[in-house]
Amino acid sequence: MFGFAIRRLLQAMIVMLVVALLAFTLFRFVGDPVNQMVGIETSIEEREALRERLGLNDPIPVQFFRFVTNAAQFDFGTSYQFRQPVSDLFAKRIPATLELSFMSALFALVVGIPMGIYAGLNREAALSKLFLSVSLVGISLPTFFIGILLIFLFSVTLQWLPSFGRGEVVEVGSWWTTGFLTVSGLKALVLPSITLGLYQMTLIMRLIRAEMLEVIRTDYIKFARARGLPDRIVHFRHALKNTMVPVITITGLQLGSIIAFATITETVFQWPGMGLMFLQAVQNVDIPIMAAYLLLTAFLFVAINFIVDILYFVIDPRLRIGRA
Amino acid sequence: MNKLNLGLASAILASGLTASAAHAETLKFAFQGALNQLDPYSLNETFTLSALGNVYEGLTRRNENLEIEPSLAESWEVVEPNRWRFHLREGVKFHNGNDFTAEDVAFSVERLHGEGSDLAKRVGSDVKVEIVDDYTVDFVLPGPNPILHYEWDTWYIMDKEWTEANDAVAITSASDTTPNYAALHANGTGPFKLVSHEPGVKTVYEKYDGWWDEATHNLDGVEFTPIGSDATRVAALLSGELDMVYPIPVQDVKRVNDNAGTMAMTGPELRTIFLGMDQMRDELIYSDVKGKNPFKDIRVRKAFYQAIDIEGIKRKIMRDLSTPSAIMISPFLFAKSGDFERLPYDPDAAKALLTEAGYGDGFSVGMDCPNDRYVNDEAICQAVASMLARIGVTVDLNAQPKAKYFAKVLASGGFDTSFYLLGWTPGSFDSWNILDNLIQCRDEAGNGGAFNLGGYCSAEVDALADKILVENDPDKRDALIAEAYTLSNNDVAHIPLHQQGLAWGVAEGVELAQRADNQFHFRFVTKN
Repeated sequence: MFGFAIRRLLQAMIVMLVVALLAFTLFRFVGDPVNQMVGIETSIEEREALRERLGLNDPIPVQFFRFVTNAAQFDFGTSYQFRQPVSDLFAKRIPATLELSFMSALFALVVGIPMGIYAGLNREAALSKLFLSVSLVGISLPTFFIGILLIFLFSVTLQWLPSFGRGEVVEVGSWWTTGFLTVSGLKALVLPSITLGLYQMTLIMRLIRAEMLEVIRTDYIKFARARGLPDRIVHFRHALKNTMVPVITITGLQLGSIIAFATITETVFQWPGMGLMFLQAVQNVDIPIMAAYLLLTAFLFVAINFIVDILYFVIDPRLRIGRA
Repeated sequence: MNKLNLGLASAILASGLTASAAHAETLKFAFQGALNQLDPYSLNETFTLSALGNVYEGLTRRNENLEIEPSLAESWEVVEPNRWRFHLREGVKFHNGNDFTAEDVAFSVERLHGEGSDLAKRVGSDVKVEIVDDYTVDFVLPGPNPILHYEWDTWYIMDKEWTEANDAVAITSASDTTPNYAALHANGTGPFKLVSHEPGVKTVYEKYDGWWDEATHNLDGVEFTPIGSDATRVAALLSGELDMVYPIPVQDVKRVNDNAGTMAMTGPELRTIFLGMDQMRDELIYSDVKGKNPFKDIRVRKAFYQAIDIEGIKRKIMRDLSTPSAIMISPFLFAKSGDFERLPYDPDAAKALLTEAGYGDGFSVGMDCPNDRYVNDEAICQAVASMLARIGVTVDLNAQPKAKYFAKVLASGGFDTSFYLLGWTPGSFDSWNILDNLIQCRDEAGNGGAFNLGGYCSAEVDALADKILVENDPDKRDALIAEAYTLSNNDVAHIPLHQQGLAWGVAEGVELAQRADNQFHFRFVTKN
């Protein structure tokens, strides 16, 4: 067990290093950050002095080494545009992204599961077919388009919900801001959560439907029916319970991608989270922010995978025999 | 903690409002870019300076029509050709209650010249400041300079005591690990105080009751949110959540006008969009013509000029939101601009000129173009490319984000371009800035006209520029400027295209001044 964990950890670290190297080299090609940091009329000497101060004139390996050693100590440098430590900036933006991700995951589950169950149990019903076609839309339309569509329907035409921002936020402790405690904060969550969660919702719905169809055909369900149990008990206690295992696994894994890929939704709704900051950083060639975001995202995925691997190892005895 | 208080405070304010319904108005507006930090000397960029101009003030200011007005200086005079005297306004208080005095002006000059300053040129480094008394300051110049104060509306005066007490004398440089106090807080003399500032998220201002001038606005506060997505920004205006957004894309102007309760304010901007050609190298970097540079031949430059259907660009791409230009400066900024005319659009003449120059079969040239910097920049370049195709010139268009574009074409990239599109607003609102930056000769390292990317060079124009710099008589000066433009136009140094348009979206009941420099000042706003 211990040896396995160590091996996994080493692999994870190699992945992180590769991501760091990729991030670092890729961002050399985004453009010259100095142009974004000064006005157009700034003289060439001043631009050169700035490059020197930022260490942009050092050889690439030196810059990379500096970047990795600092990153290992959670120091991602100073943002070029905000002139603040990147770690502080991220700390401020994390609550917005996490709350949005949580709400969209919740939306995906709360809406996706019942729809999936219904479609699984009544595969020929008209409503099921409607669900399926709607879910096709959810999968095939690009996120930003769904976002804009929702904005034009619910903000511009109906004027029910805000089109941008987090609304009023309340500070909890010194490190967390939440939109859950104000009306405007909750209202602001609705459209972006739907936009971000739509794809996951579709996924969950289709997954449950498929699993349900599968399970309904199994012998133990037939026996349960034969024992004369009411449909409700058969469907929910016997069938649903067994469909949930893969759903939970997938949802867990998807949560990581929701957090990581909230960028587009955040941009459409001007949601002040990490993703929005990342895209703004790309436009402004703010290399420290871009690199830190990529590392953070990679870390999230590596960490989730690491935990999943360990859990499988703990749960499934067969793995243990094979490895030990 | 802060924010909770703020939330509660505004909740109380809101409930109080319905009861008393006083003239308490909050203006909510959005811009496409963010206000990244508040140090008034760190970034020479229109939006940053415009946003800070509500909190800070300069010795002078500009009104709706961009005319210079007294601000912190009540009056000024040129006592000797090299000595300007500024009489400061008495009784002005900074937002923290400190008095504004000559000390603050001298301190601001010193700080302006500090390391990391992006506005150091506002006051020449060879200009000496002498404090005459508490409310009089002399600026001693190495030579006459009629436009000394032209850029001082965005050189904001800081409070010496506040800046020193908060350890913010040095400007936060990009390599510093923590921003200094002035980068996150502000203490000016302007009509609005800064209440809170979350970079990239939200900035809140409140009216300053102790302002020295009589307020013509009726705002109690202002809330600024950056909204990067064009569609969202327009939607937020249409839905009534915001009172003002800018810019709005030209293709959305109609929709904003058609919507009940909103309208688009349009007008010409000071920025001139133009094309430039490499006239310096002996062989173009990006062309199939080898051994010589076709742009050294004035007939080729003229052919390019006459091949461009500027009215077509105006109609089809700019949706009438542009003003074709004949010179490199906005007509607002030069009294004699009416004397100039564009070369007529004439593809046949252009074709004939090319043939005469020996390029009857045409040639190919690479063109560099930004795609996120100016209004419809890439579309303009595409149109230019197709117009040139009609006279036999094949354009390989390289349109890229501004971050990459500028890195390539400016001095830092070694002027790596043969044919390019660029836009320019003279920061000083004066032609000398154009001559200095865009038209004067430069060497390969970029000394001289640093943004004269094509390397046009004329000894006559340079001699005129030197005279213009020190000529104090406005009429003589204008004549010299006109001469310089005539010479460079005759040489087809650049191909001026148009003044791009401004488009702001405004909600019903909000009245404001749209300045052609694209600065938005809350003091010109009234909201009903």
